[in-house]
Amino acid sequence: MTDEASQPVPARTVLSGDDIERVLTRIAFEIIEANKGTEDLVLLGIPSRGFPLARRLADRIAAASKDESIDPAALVGQLDVTMYRDDLRHSTARTPSPTKLPSGGIEGKVVVLVDDVLYSGRTIRAALDALADWGRPKIVRLAVLVDRGHRELPIRADHVGKNLPTAKSEKVRVRLAEIDGMNDVSIEAIA
Amino acid sequence: MNYLIRDANILGEQRADVLIRDGVIAQIGTELSAEDATVVEAAGQILLPGLVDTHTHLREPGREDAETVLTGSQAAAKGGYTAVHAMANSTPVADTAGVVEQVYELGRKAGWVDVRPVGAVTVGLAGEQLSEIGAMADSRAAVRMFSDDGICVSDPLLMRRALEYVKAFDGVIAQHAQEPRLTEGAQMNEGETSAELGMPGWPAVAEESIIARDVLLAEHVDARLHVCHVSTAGSVEIIRWAKARGIKVTAEVTPHHLLLTDEKVKTFDPVYKVNPPLRRNEDVLALRAGVADGTIDVIGTDHAPHPSESKDCEWAQAAMGMTGLETALSIVQHTLVETGLLSWADVARITSTVPAQIGRLSDQGRPIAEGEPANLTLVDPEARWIVDPFAMATKGRNSPFAGMELPGAVRATFFHGHPTVLDGELASARSIDA
Amino acid sequence: MKHLISTRDLSRAEAIQILDVAEEMREAGTREVKKLPALRGRTVVNLFFEDSTRTRISFEAAAKRLSADVINFSAKGSSVSKGESLKDTAQTLLAIGADAVVIRHPASGAPARLAATDWIDLPIVNAGDGMHEHPTQALLDAFTLRRQLALRENVSPLGRGLDGLKVAIVGDILHSRVARSNLWLLRTLGAEVTMVAPPTLLPVGSGTWPCTISYDLDSVLNAGVDAVMMLRVQGERMKAAYFPNPREYSRYWGLDDARLGRLNAAGMDTLILHPGPMNRGLEISSAAADSDRALVLEQVTNGVAVRMASLYLLLSGDLTKESSL
Repeated sequence: MTDEASQPVPARTVLSGDDIERVLTRIAFEIIEANKGTEDLVLLGIPSRGFPLARRLADRIAAASKDESIDPAALVGQLDVTMYRDDLRHSTARTPSPTKLPSGGIEGKVVVLVDDVLYSGRTIRAALDALADWGRPKIVRLAVLVDRGHRELPIRADHVGKNLPTAKSEKVRVRLAEIDGMNDVSIEAIA
Repeated sequence: MNYLIRDANILGEQRADVLIRDGVIAQIGTELSAEDATVVEAAGQILLPGLVDTHTHLREPGREDAETVLTGSQAAAKGGYTAVHAMANSTPVADTAGVVEQVYELGRKAGWVDVRPVGAVTVGLAGEQLSEIGAMADSRAAVRMFSDDGICVSDPLLMRRALEYVKAFDGVIAQHAQEPRLTEGAQMNEGETSAELGMPGWPAVAEESIIARDVLLAEHVDARLHVCHVSTAGSVEIIRWAKARGIKVTAEVTPHHLLLTDEKVKTFDPVYKVNPPLRRNEDVLALRAGVADGTIDVIGTDHAPHPSESKDCEWAQAAMGMTGLETALSIVQHTLVETGLLSWADVARITSTVPAQIGRLSDQGRPIAEGEPANLTLVDPEARWIVDPFAMATKGRNSPFAGMELPGAVRATFFHGHPTVLDGELASARSIDA
Repeated sequence: MKHLISTRDLSRAEAIQILDVAEEMREAGTREVKKLPALRGRTVVNLFFEDSTRTRISFEAAAKRLSADVINFSAKGSSVSKGESLKDTAQTLLAIGADAVVIRHPASGAPARLAATDWIDLPIVNAGDGMHEHPTQALLDAFTLRRQLALRENVSPLGRGLDGLKVAIVGDILHSRVARSNLWLLRTLGAEVTMVAPPTLLPVGSGTWPCTISYDLDSVLNAGVDAVMMLRVQGERMKAAYFPNPREYSRYWGLDDARLGRLNAAGMDTLILHPGPMNRGLEISSAAADSDRALVLEQVTNGVAVRMASLYLLLSGDLTKESSL
């Protein structure tokens, strides 16, 4: 997860705002490619930073598509996974966020889960469980901005913005303008 | 054995040596020496007449799991007492000569303090029929104080008769002032705290209305009335008024009512559940002022030990009462001496002299003077100690002062010249033949 | 939050967090799959020393929606009625493997005692203790009001308090844990509270409460309140001389048809709440209970959501550990 400490910590920037733009554009094309178009496509962002990423991807997919009738907002939803986490007993109680699905739902759709950082894989495991309570998609894919490694479950992403080798003692911080007022990805060491 | 108490501060007024010989104060003076006497160093310590409790629950017969005459007597000695009045609410109730003589004998055999049984006013504390007051008065226990303590003699006619009848035996009625209808189901003082906690309230007026009635009855029949455990500012006012009118009323306050308030109930810990209940801070201050101006005559501990299961439960289920014998003098020092309200001579008056007079105990509460019985207590006023109920002599662990740091420690207690406490620890019982 | 004993202990942030989580829980209740896996494998014990089918089934539904196992322990016909102590009962529950205890007890302070002693070390939820507190009832009342006002203003209820809201609590304040819990919580959330009752049913000592006290329901209603909370009045209070008879009580302190008519005629949008079960015809008339103003069934629905939120927050979360993602 991203860092919320207010103290400025020495951090190494690994993706600038422009880098993020480029990476998202590439992922948008990959998604269209994999799906052979935009039919039945649903992008579900995982709160909190997965949702704005899903929005940005939808904008690019709509722009790249030949079909001008596509409303990018109608492709996007948000999937809250809080109640499905396997670390509820040990971690700080989190206030769940609302789950909002596109009006067409997810039944029989191609769902692309969107998150900022892929790490242990446990969030995605929770997302798959959460998804099952809402319906049965035809295909589920995963798009992430950063894959930092250290998987604890047999989960991999279909679309990766940047593979980022990290030490477990490091922290990956993603900032997005919609939430944080600026765009970048950085690595910082935790004492 | 003979004892020489060296360099004690008698009543905080006079430094002197005190020689005890054959159970009597043989000599008071400076630089005394006696080859046949054991020396007790008492520099810096206050010498008081042995304390007399007007209000003790020894639980025997009937609830020996809570306390026995022996353990209660030991607790009393450790607290500096040489005499206690044992309340009548035992099982069976002390309402016959047989029961009071039994308790008296148990006390004599135990040998730690004078155990003076209190007789019940009414048979079985039922509030219907006078018990055999004369027989108890004329028994070997020589009962002079009569009380249904725990229960109020609420019937006004019965109370009038009791007050009148005990006059024939120089007795006194010790009333537990609690109007029963006004306190049905009551759990704590009625006021801001009970409103917040949602506890059935115990209004001050339930105590005050009975005291007002009783002082007027005592005046009407010209009898002696003793008011147990006064707990409210209003009660102090009424008693002050009654005394000004010349009514023969004496009043008692417990150590816990001099210190603790109903704020404690917010913990819901039943160790603070007691009858009468802990009151407001205004009441605590009025009680202290009442002691200071003589409206309240004596300290009565209302020592009420309970087995742990009676307190290790929810508030409503819990028994009422607190232990007090081993903390009383420290609380008196803390609330009355260190606040500048009383001198040590005053302490002697309210813990010994007047309690003995109320109970008509001829050889207790006597002046510290040559020829007087050697019932004496040595207290170190500089000592500080943390209250640990498990280190006490009483069986009861229900001390509301547990964990508190209190001033003043009893160093020695002499019971008719025999040291029941030495160096702050229980020494030995006085032999029955002594 | 280790226990939920009293609304008096809740900070504004904590209270709003519970209400916010409850919003999401309520949302989950509208889904086809209503169950959430958050408390899978955990056991919640409903320890009820007092009959209350409504509160018990609400807690039961809440725990089950979160996938917890529920054990209902009723004092009636059990060892408790044979004199087993609260301590032994609690330790038995611990030995059985409970993860949280929801307790309803006729004695004020029993849940606080369970939480304070070393008898058991489990999260305790107070489901009503004597005349002391009933925190989840107050939370569901606040939740219902907040949600209703947000709907009216067409805004999200999330993150909001009840600032400036005027609420009248009417009836047997003296014996009511609901009134006490509501007073503290409504104040914490910024609402203004007026207690309305006959003087016999107001506790001595309530004069220092942070609310206005009135004996006159009509003047309070006429002055305009956003919500009126009618408390259940038990008929047996009559025998203890709290009021002469139910008719007179209803005439002065009941939300009867005449008062409902005056609210309607004045065009006021006063909402009506009642914790239930209602004594129709005593503290509230049928017309008032069934009117559009009444949120009684909404309160029941929201009760499950608020209790889900409470159990979720108490049973997940250990502030000492960071989560790994």
